Amino acid sequence: MSRSIALLICLMGGLTMLVSPFLPMATGWANDVTDWFNILAAMAFVLGGGSLLKVQLMRLSARGPGWGYSALTLLAFIVTLWVGLGKVGVVADPSAPTVAWSGKPDDEGSAFWWIYLYVMTPITSTLFAVLAFYVASAAFRAFRAKNVEATLLLATAFVILLGRTFAGVVLTGWLPDWASGLRLENLAVTIMDVFNTAGNRAIIIGIALGVASTGIRLMLGLDRSYLGGDA
Amino acid sequence: MSGGLDRRWIYLGMMLAVALPILWNGMTGKTFPESPTPPSQACFDAIEALPEGSRVLVSFDYDPASEGELAPMATSFMRHLMHKRLKPVIIALWPLGPTKGEETISNVIKADFPDRVSGRDFVNLGFQTGNEGVLKVIGTDFRKQFPVDRSGMPVDRLPIMEGITKVGDFSLVITISAGYPGSKEWVQYVSSANPGLVLLAGVTGVQASQIYSYYPGQLRGMLAAIKGAAEYEALVSAVVDGDGVTPPRYTEARRRMAPQLFGHLVLIGLIVAGNAVYFSQRGRKAVAR
Repeated sequence: MSRSIALLICLMGGLTMLVSPFLPMATGWANDVTDWFNILAAMAFVLGGGSLLKVQLMRLSARGPGWGYSALTLLAFIVTLWVGLGKVGVVADPSAPTVAWSGKPDDEGSAFWWIYLYVMTPITSTLFAVLAFYVASAAFRAFRAKNVEATLLLATAFVILLGRTFAGVVLTGWLPDWASGLRLENLAVTIMDVFNTAGNRAIIIGIALGVASTGIRLMLGLDRSYLGGDA
Repeated sequence: MSGGLDRRWIYLGMMLAVALPILWNGMTGKTFPESPTPPSQACFDAIEALPEGSRVLVSFDYDPASEGELAPMATSFMRHLMHKRLKPVIIALWPLGPTKGEETISNVIKADFPDRVSGRDFVNLGFQTGNEGVLKVIGTDFRKQFPVDRSGMPVDRLPIMEGITKVGDFSLVITISAGYPGSKEWVQYVSSANPGLVLLAGVTGVQASQIYSYYPGQLRGMLAAIKGAAEYEALVSAVVDGDGVTPPRYTEARRRMAPQLFGHLVLIGLIVAGNAVYFSQRGRKAVAR
């Protein structure tokens, strides 16, 4: 019974979204369906937090390798949650100075703002920046001209790497106007605009067709994997 | 070891290739000249074509991880909009996006355009959860997703929002995005449903190859990675500063082109060296056989 209700909700939701662009009266319904989705998405934040707590607590209690990282994750999670929900260090909003907790949790000067600026920002930026070192190492180890396809890929990479910097101008800027298409910076644009776009559009169209067929399968109840179990 | 070479040498090489140009740039203040590619020029032209007072929706769809590439784009976009006396309405599909928007407001509007008033000349409406669902709804009912601004003021009371009922009421939409949800979703759910709406995108290098597919059809213009940001920054500086000196905070993207150049040269050098090792080893094996 519960599975039939879930299938019915899926069918009705899917149909509403499908017909809304063509039926003005269905636009409001589609917005309501989207609101349901947004509510579910907001609840997923809670589920995500609960799942994180559960997994890290299990690792911590098992005292397996790396349990210290779990402890650190839990500590960071709990402190950030407490600081954000409790609005620690938040000054009352000037428009409502007598109302408790009227300021925003991430107002400048608050503890949450401090964590964001001095912990979150440097950590995420550093993680992203470290990629450059791994890419360099991988380029040395793996980028080999083993066959014709790999050689073409290698040549394309060189054109893009040089064309996206001032090196392109220095190396080929001397080419006359009638041959300007061969300048590295222009070749890089041509590669992105023609070859890359052609390949990507084919992939995008393929994915779109796959999404459409999956959507139809879901609405018709032929694909019930989202219900979990052996549905 | 990495194919016969200790990887620490590779890391050191890359570190020097990035650090030395940064130091050189810090000491001399010099940057490489930039000539715009068509997608960057299209971004500039689209904003230049708008009449004064037009309202522009700017979506901050990134977080600190991509700040290096995308923050200079956001700064240049905001500076250009302010210089043209256009009115940006900021939203975010990423939870940390509104803070990035607030930083841009602080660095550009409050610093150089102090006469502009929040709610009248610009506004930050904050983050809304729901990814593409948000985009689907603002296509027909903008206030349903963004009923109040970041300070809790109802948008009905904001002069800047007067007459805005759906996303199609904006003169232009700019998305600065680092992934999902981002430029692709804006194309799929907003641009496709509003064929007359002009959409611009600033994207990371990783995204650029995919987003190129939508230019110049659904996307009127795009800034691809730090190179696109540098090109657009140069265009904006030329029109705002003329022959005068550009403040350092408006040269961020161009200053990052020197580290990018030397980083790329190191990569090319490593690829060439790796192949030289590969072919020499293959040659030796062939002789041994």
